[in-house]
Amino acid sequence: MTEPKSAGAKEVWITGIGIVSSLGEGLDAHWDALNEKKINVDDKRFAPHIVHPLAPVSFDAQIPKKGDQRQMEAWQRIGTYAAGLALDSAGVKGNKEILARMDMIVAAGGGERDIAVDAAILNADAKGNSGPGFLNERLMNDLRPTLFLAQLSNLLAGNIAIVHGVCGTSRTFMGEEAASIDAARIALARIESGQSDIALVGAAHNGERMDLLILYEFGDFNLTDKFAPVWQREDKSGFALGSAGCFLVLESREHAEARGAKPYAKLTKVVADLAQRKQPGAVTRSLEALWPKLGVGNSGSLITGATGAEPVTSDEKAFLRQHPGFAIRATGTMFGHTLETQFPLGLALAALSISRGALFPPNDPTGLEVEKADSPDQIVVVGAGHWQGEGMALVEAIK
Amino acid sequence: MSAPRDKLGRPIVVVTGMGVVTSLGAGKTDNWTRLTAGESGIRTVTRFPIDGLKTNMAGTVDFVTVEPFSSTGLTERLAAMATEEALEQADIGGKADFPGPLFLAVAPVEVEWPQRLELGRAVGRTEFDYGDMLHVSGGGRFTAYHRRFMFGSVASYLAEKFGTKGSPISLSTACASGATAIQLGVEAIRRGEADAALCVGADGSVNPEAMVRFSLLSALSTQNDPPRAASKPFSKNRDGFVMAEGAGAMVLESYESAMARGAKILGVVAGCGELTDSFHRTRSSPDGKPIIGCMRKTLADAGLEPEQIDHINAHGTATPENDKMEYNTTAVVFGDHLPKIPVSSNKSMVGHTISAAGAVEAVFSLLTLEHQRIPPTINYEIPDPSILFDVVGNTARDAKVTAVMSNSFGFGGQNASLILTREPL
Repeated sequence: MTEPKSAGAKEVWITGIGIVSSLGEGLDAHWDALNEKKINVDDKRFAPHIVHPLAPVSFDAQIPKKGDQRQMEAWQRIGTYAAGLALDSAGVKGNKEILARMDMIVAAGGGERDIAVDAAILNADAKGNSGPGFLNERLMNDLRPTLFLAQLSNLLAGNIAIVHGVCGTSRTFMGEEAASIDAARIALARIESGQSDIALVGAAHNGERMDLLILYEFGDFNLTDKFAPVWQREDKSGFALGSAGCFLVLESREHAEARGAKPYAKLTKVVADLAQRKQPGAVTRSLEALWPKLGVGNSGSLITGATGAEPVTSDEKAFLRQHPGFAIRATGTMFGHTLETQFPLGLALAALSISRGALFPPNDPTGLEVEKADSPDQIVVVGAGHWQGEGMALVEAIK
Repeated sequence: MSAPRDKLGRPIVVVTGMGVVTSLGAGKTDNWTRLTAGESGIRTVTRFPIDGLKTNMAGTVDFVTVEPFSSTGLTERLAAMATEEALEQADIGGKADFPGPLFLAVAPVEVEWPQRLELGRAVGRTEFDYGDMLHVSGGGRFTAYHRRFMFGSVASYLAEKFGTKGSPISLSTACASGATAIQLGVEAIRRGEADAALCVGADGSVNPEAMVRFSLLSALSTQNDPPRAASKPFSKNRDGFVMAEGAGAMVLESYESAMARGAKILGVVAGCGELTDSFHRTRSSPDGKPIIGCMRKTLADAGLEPEQIDHINAHGTATPENDKMEYNTTAVVFGDHLPKIPVSSNKSMVGHTISAAGAVEAVFSLLTLEHQRIPPTINYEIPDPSILFDVVGNTARDAKVTAVMSNSFGFGGQNASLILTREPL
């Protein structure tokens, strides 16, 4: 669907990055953790399932009102926190004039459950204690009235508006990994075409949820028993859910220069497609069809959100093998699988690497990821959803 | 000849196909007949037990069934029905080969109670927790539920069935979702990325937990008897909205592309606008500025003056706060012209179709333009004396309508408006 860029398309800069994850919070902490090849997994709490738990975070730093924090479930708090970091990083936090016209596109899941309420209902049902009105009565009596909003998908954006004052436009995209690829794609297209000057784009994910583990267990997607890096899961495939929030501030070069903002990198392209995954190799072909739209050469760097689930990871590997000149990094090994957050995370780490003049080191015993000595001026970001959706982006150094 | 452009030099976006399903029926013909006859689609819920619920009526679409039942499955079916009707009218592309992207407004998806209960029973014990359920979830027994309860599943189904191009976008802006889906389509065509877009809003989520959630926020009418009289927009005795199901679908095209293929043009999406309210999760800013700004942005986007709007298809949920706020803000935007604008709320008859509402009401707005007849706001027996709209009360009204503003306001500070016209203005 992506046409050649029209003449006069505005250059789009990444001027703000906010990350909170299992590795910590902020850019320095993440840069250090990646260079130390740090991985933070918990294989006990949901054993035999493995998760990458959120590092300790003081939510007060970005969400000062406890009342606001109480109105949010964990994924909303993680996202609102990361959004605040991104706004700080872009130097627009508290700038009412800019925030009032800032676009926001959030890629969201949602649906956090009150596990105790559910379990009580299910146990009563199993004991045969459930008449026709039982479910209604229990839900009417036991559900916290505020839970609905705390788990509602578009209320992550709502909370970012309330807490940080981002209130130009607010759109929430849903649909797992692809949602955030499309969020970045639409935000970029709007700024390039002059429909918008500045946008906040990102996502949040709470991977420490029994109900989510169940959802992915339906499709046997979870990694169990023993942690292994993403590329080393051929014998035992699956993803380890991760908790993370990641937001980016994107803006037109003119807008950034006019306010003296310092960019990390520019976002040149975002392309996406939906392969019908009915034949083997469908994802490989979909990624191959997207690749030429980026206009990159034969060598460079590539950050992928590869999940470790099959068959998509093998399909993606087949695609990557056709581009042997690229130094590959899989965020799934370090961060786990953070669904909607994985693609913004890839964009963030690409921009961070470019701004620091180095690609972070490989973390892969299989040898697919190799060292890269020189300073990257282009990094491709790839996302192939665990069940559907493929996309990629090009992040470049500003000349 | 140069391509037809709007006042701001952008491609004009026209509508060449529409489809609709509500509790009043399937299709434009049935819906329009019943809507203009002032019929109500609200009825006592029969899909599940209503014991213990404060609100027990809704605008359910009971004539469509899916097996096994899930709200997401019903949403998918309703979306497909509306899309089929829209594509048949637009007569665009080949079979399963729609030449543009899909923008779908859809309710957030989650595992539902029938499936959760099934999983609980699969544990085979009477004392268990979520961990025990996780233990029996894998191994292929519940594989279909993974796909069913993915957020992207409805869009994925529609994209394959209708052959839309690229990555389909599923979105939620709460009660404004349907309008946002149309707005995304308009923007894509204006950018020149696509000549056509399929914009759909669908919602099939009348289920016990959804009703309880809105009930616990005191958002729903509790005037259960008779159900048809429950939804009372702009009335003094209004007490909340009525949940409802439905779908609206629109084929949008650039005017140029529609003309080139000789398509019949049903109307124009002349303007769209949105502005976020950061005041509160469920309540509007008391000064109404975000809603006022949203309507003004939409007028500016359409290049129209307030005096050029001659009908407002109101959000009109019948909650005490919404209707009052909608009047106060509309009065600021339209000033002295407001008494000349007939206002009506389709929700008095079809209920609040939530994620679908913006799309359903955009279809009804275009039918209003086509028939030069405004559907009534039924149950308008005791007007609220503080709401001085010219409400089209109880019976449909013939009127000269050239430009309709359709408003949608939702939880999370979501405000979106559309302006629809018969011809390019």
